[in-house]
Amino acid sequence: MNRYRRRTFALELSMIAVALIVGFPVYVLVNLAVRPASDTSSPIGPTTSPTLDNFSQAWQQGALGGALFNSALVTVCSVAIVLAVSSLAAYPLARVTARWSRGTYLGFLLGLVLPFQLAALPLYQTMRDLGLLGTPWALVLFYSGLQVPFTVFLYVGFLRALPQDFEDAALIDGCTPLQGFRHVVLPMLKPVTVTALVLNAVAVWNDFFTPLLYLSGSDRQTMPVAIAGFVGQYVTDWNLIFAALVISVLPVLLVYFLLQRSIINGFAGGLRG
Amino acid sequence: MALAPHEPHPAQDRLPDAASVPGVRRARTTPPWWFALPAALLFAFVVLVPSVRGVHYAFTDWDGLDPHFSFVGLANFSELLHDPDATQAIRHTLLIAVSITVVQNALGLLLALGVNTAIRSRNVLRVLLFAPAVITPIVTAYLWRNLLGPDGAVNSLLGAVGLDGLRQDWLGSPRLALWAVVGVIVWQFAGYSMVIFLAGLQSVPKEVHEAAAIDGAGPVRRFWSITRPLLAPALTINLMLSVIGGIKLFDQVYALTGGGPGHATDTLSTLIYKDAFTLGQFGYSIALAVVLTIIVAVVSTGQYAVLSRSERAAS
Repeated sequence: MNRYRRRTFALELSMIAVALIVGFPVYVLVNLAVRPASDTSSPIGPTTSPTLDNFSQAWQQGALGGALFNSALVTVCSVAIVLAVSSLAAYPLARVTARWSRGTYLGFLLGLVLPFQLAALPLYQTMRDLGLLGTPWALVLFYSGLQVPFTVFLYVGFLRALPQDFEDAALIDGCTPLQGFRHVVLPMLKPVTVTALVLNAVAVWNDFFTPLLYLSGSDRQTMPVAIAGFVGQYVTDWNLIFAALVISVLPVLLVYFLLQRSIINGFAGGLRG
Repeated sequence: MALAPHEPHPAQDRLPDAASVPGVRRARTTPPWWFALPAALLFAFVVLVPSVRGVHYAFTDWDGLDPHFSFVGLANFSELLHDPDATQAIRHTLLIAVSITVVQNALGLLLALGVNTAIRSRNVLRVLLFAPAVITPIVTAYLWRNLLGPDGAVNSLLGAVGLDGLRQDWLGSPRLALWAVVGVIVWQFAGYSMVIFLAGLQSVPKEVHEAAAIDGAGPVRRFWSITRPLLAPALTINLMLSVIGGIKLFDQVYALTGGGPGHATDTLSTLIYKDAFTLGQFGYSIALAVVLTIIVAVVSTGQYAVLSRSERAAS
């Protein structure tokens, strides 16, 4: 099955054809984003006189720079908190078999099933009472709790498959449990941390429902909500909208193509871990 | 394998004093319970407490603002059962979840089988086919809203290849809109299923395939008897992800159709949003969220039970 035969070549061609079909929308996206509004020819024909005007206009009118900053801020803070508290919590939950430990772990697993729509509305009221509505900190707080069950689940599964000898040795050598965690356990968790980082960062960056609720009406939007607002404002000006979509997708795809191996392994990692 | 006689046994070497002082090792190596505290507090504050309060509100007529509201018993739930918008949304939610699960996983498996061969472009294809899965769903949805429009690229493409008869207002037709939404999600996430299947396929040792081929097993037989059982864990994860994702679906519907035309594509999630934030019916909206929770819980635990049983049976 490793030799390259005529049939392999036919398969190669058909797979490339599939990739072209999958990539076709992206071609249209870029094609229309560089097209002046006066050009009303078919969306699938290449644009004859491409321009970058749409991009500068979308960037300024959509306040996309600020949205990009807010998205980055929320993603970095939330993911850092989630990874820190979840890995720390997973350590006793994976190692201790006492009833409190199993009970807490089951509680976290329950969180995997609860859809956040149930908590979102009462939490809206709490955020309002705390004065956090309309600020990125509402989102950081929300994701820091919302992503915990899934991340703890990943960490506990991984930790249980790791031998306990190194931690034991460190603790016997006089490390405090916190030092043992920081210098011995955490380094061993690196592979699953990459997985957790990728999955959490993508989930937080891409989320639309939560910022739609907690940031609506404020001028501090994350990228997905800024894009929705932009589409609402420029309803039929698709060339401008497509330029905004390209701007919003560019940072994500840039990171994706730079770190493709870790990212794809991260997504597949739930299986291996 | 034999240990050299002068080498101490690893278990004894590890803890020289453990045997002489019973209990010490256990007390010293157990990570303290308070390590779990920050995560538990955040989880309780953001998920558990509001969810419990949510269940409580589902039995009230709260409008989201007025601190005075009254307990209405099961009124929200009985209203829900008689509300055609709600029952239709439940039907749409299940229909979308099932269709996405079937189509996305079938395509994902085919793509994985195609990429997991000797073709030279396999690494590039894997990266490109997965790429849509990392793009913000709301962005792909707005892109497709244009592509599927009356003058959009999909219709232009159909015209260009001589299939003018198939041109449609894909999102404007109550008959087609739901399937258009399913199509967009499959386009975005088939590569995701592919990547998980690929990880499963790559756990199948080549030698086993080669040995079976030498013994005269054809490709179909080899897939059925070797690959399929070893794919079971990947299949479990893929089915869970796509079913739960499909049931909770919000962003793409919001951006593609807003639940329309009429209510033709409303799902539980879009209805929850509309009832709470445009109609101010928080109590009723949370009753819908409770129904959503029950569906997710029943489907995911049921699916998990069935799949883990067949996974054990397959291995």
